[in-house]
Amino acid sequence: MNLLKKIFKFYIDGFKNIDKLGIKLWIIIAIKLFIMFVILKIFFFPDFLNSKFDSDKEKGDYVIESLTKN
Amino acid sequence: MENFDMSLVDWSRAQFALTAIYHWIFVPLTLGLSFIIAFMHTKYYKTKADKWKNTTKFWMKIFGINFAIGVATGIILEFEFGTNWSNYSWIVGDIFGAPLAIEGILAFFLESTFIAVMFFGWDRVSKKFHMLSSWFVAIGSNLSALWILVANAWMQNPVGMQFNPDTARNEMVDFWEILLSPTAIYKFLHTITNGYVVASLFVIGISAWFILKGRHLEFAKRSMQIAAIFGLVASLVLVYTGDGSAYCTAKDQPMKLAAMEGLYEGGNEQGLVTVALPTPCKKYGDDKNDYLFAVKIPYLLSYLATRNFDGYVPGVNNIIDGDKKHGIVSVEERMENGKIAINALKEYKTSEDKIVKDKALETFRENYKHFGYGFLPDKEAAIPNVPLTFYSFHIMVGLGFYFIMLFAVILFFSIKQTIDKKKIWLKIALWSIPLGFIASELGWVVAEVGRQPWTIQDILPTMASTSHLSVSSVQTTFWLFTVLFTVLLIAEIKIMIHQIKLGPKEERS
Repeated sequence: MNLLKKIFKFYIDGFKNIDKLGIKLWIIIAIKLFIMFVILKIFFFPDFLNSKFDSDKEKGDYVIESLTKN
Repeated sequence: MENFDMSLVDWSRAQFALTAIYHWIFVPLTLGLSFIIAFMHTKYYKTKADKWKNTTKFWMKIFGINFAIGVATGIILEFEFGTNWSNYSWIVGDIFGAPLAIEGILAFFLESTFIAVMFFGWDRVSKKFHMLSSWFVAIGSNLSALWILVANAWMQNPVGMQFNPDTARNEMVDFWEILLSPTAIYKFLHTITNGYVVASLFVIGISAWFILKGRHLEFAKRSMQIAAIFGLVASLVLVYTGDGSAYCTAKDQPMKLAAMEGLYEGGNEQGLVTVALPTPCKKYGDDKNDYLFAVKIPYLLSYLATRNFDGYVPGVNNIIDGDKKHGIVSVEERMENGKIAINALKEYKTSEDKIVKDKALETFRENYKHFGYGFLPDKEAAIPNVPLTFYSFHIMVGLGFYFIMLFAVILFFSIKQTIDKKKIWLKIALWSIPLGFIASELGWVVAEVGRQPWTIQDILPTMASTSHLSVSSVQTTFWLFTVLFTVLLIAEIKIMIHQIKLGPKEERS
């Protein structure tokens, strides 16, 4: 427990004492992750097979059908 | 094949190439700089000298900028797998699952945990633990690269798996065969050592700038010497691993090797092209010479490809036409066998009769190694873009040897302590920073363009790997990524240049 507290305090102190550059970089990381996971992933990158089928069997059958169509 | 929209395939490829190229700007610097920092941190730990602390801190800051801007850019590639390349993702799913899961765990535990200690740990954890944290960050980031490279190597040389026609997935039968395949080992070592070279050139170039400006001279010389030693060793290892990779390519992807060398008519006792101008518009089967002019080292290609100076190396024409004497099945025959495999798979999935199913499965298994050829519209489709592969390969190799020379010269003058007087070499070093990135990207062009038309060698062609999406949706995301990544790259360059201009904090005047 003592160790966990120490680790927690280590991280908190680290973020408290972060310099201007660190803050700038964290802002860039946050904006980037928001664009990637909230905008791009949800609106532009749905998982193609998951969005069309519920079970693995349906997905497998669809892939084989698309490969052997002709 | 008419059910594949080639415009969709081309845009999906362009989008994947764009994101991979941008992602790869950040990665090699992380891989190499992490080790350079670990060396500097160890120097500080051993000497307790503030000069090494300042040096470590400065490069740590540069590393932090690159890491923060580059982190998670690779996740976009995973988005694209699920959306644009769903057939491919489904078929390889079981092969990719384990390595990528291990990558996630390693990346999370090693990099995330120890990066925090590395940045926050000054005077707050023991000096030994702090120094070891730098090493764990370096080892962690390199190990996490291992797994994605193992997955890539499997696509180039699919071993240790079996295709399950009931689930349409490749299932792993031997994890160790996948992990320890020579293709995977050489790909991993070649790629990470390439990262070390890129980072060494970067550190040397920035240090050269400081010396040219007459600022932080001792700091710059220290940094330069460490990077020159690391870069020289890494670039020599790079030659060895490149040779290993080429040997694997000759064995498992002979068409790629033929494209790398621009070789249409192969044979025994083949020479290695050092400098050449391939004949423009040269096509399979025409009677033009392979090169307008070529300087070759006699016998060397045969030796590098077969470990025998007399060894047989097939060219594009030989692979397309087949050569029974050397055990090469023609592409037309493989296309026929591939169609048999595709029809057998269809019959297996649609038939209700057990005897018919069993027979179809047997036929499918017999012809599975040709499966991908059944999708090719004609035999010429088995040829990658030869000029692009040839020039990418030869420029990469040329730059690789130039880097060895540059590291040796810089190290020599550093040891003689005259580097600050060698203005020309300092300028060359500075302008060589982008060359490292160019060589690194060209390496991926060789690996990925050279293996076309396959996403999984001989098993799945690129055209059959895509999802059935509208071309406009892929075009939209292509331009979105172009904007997003360009903004990130500009941000990285601006922030980095600002920090570099500030110099190491403690030595700032």
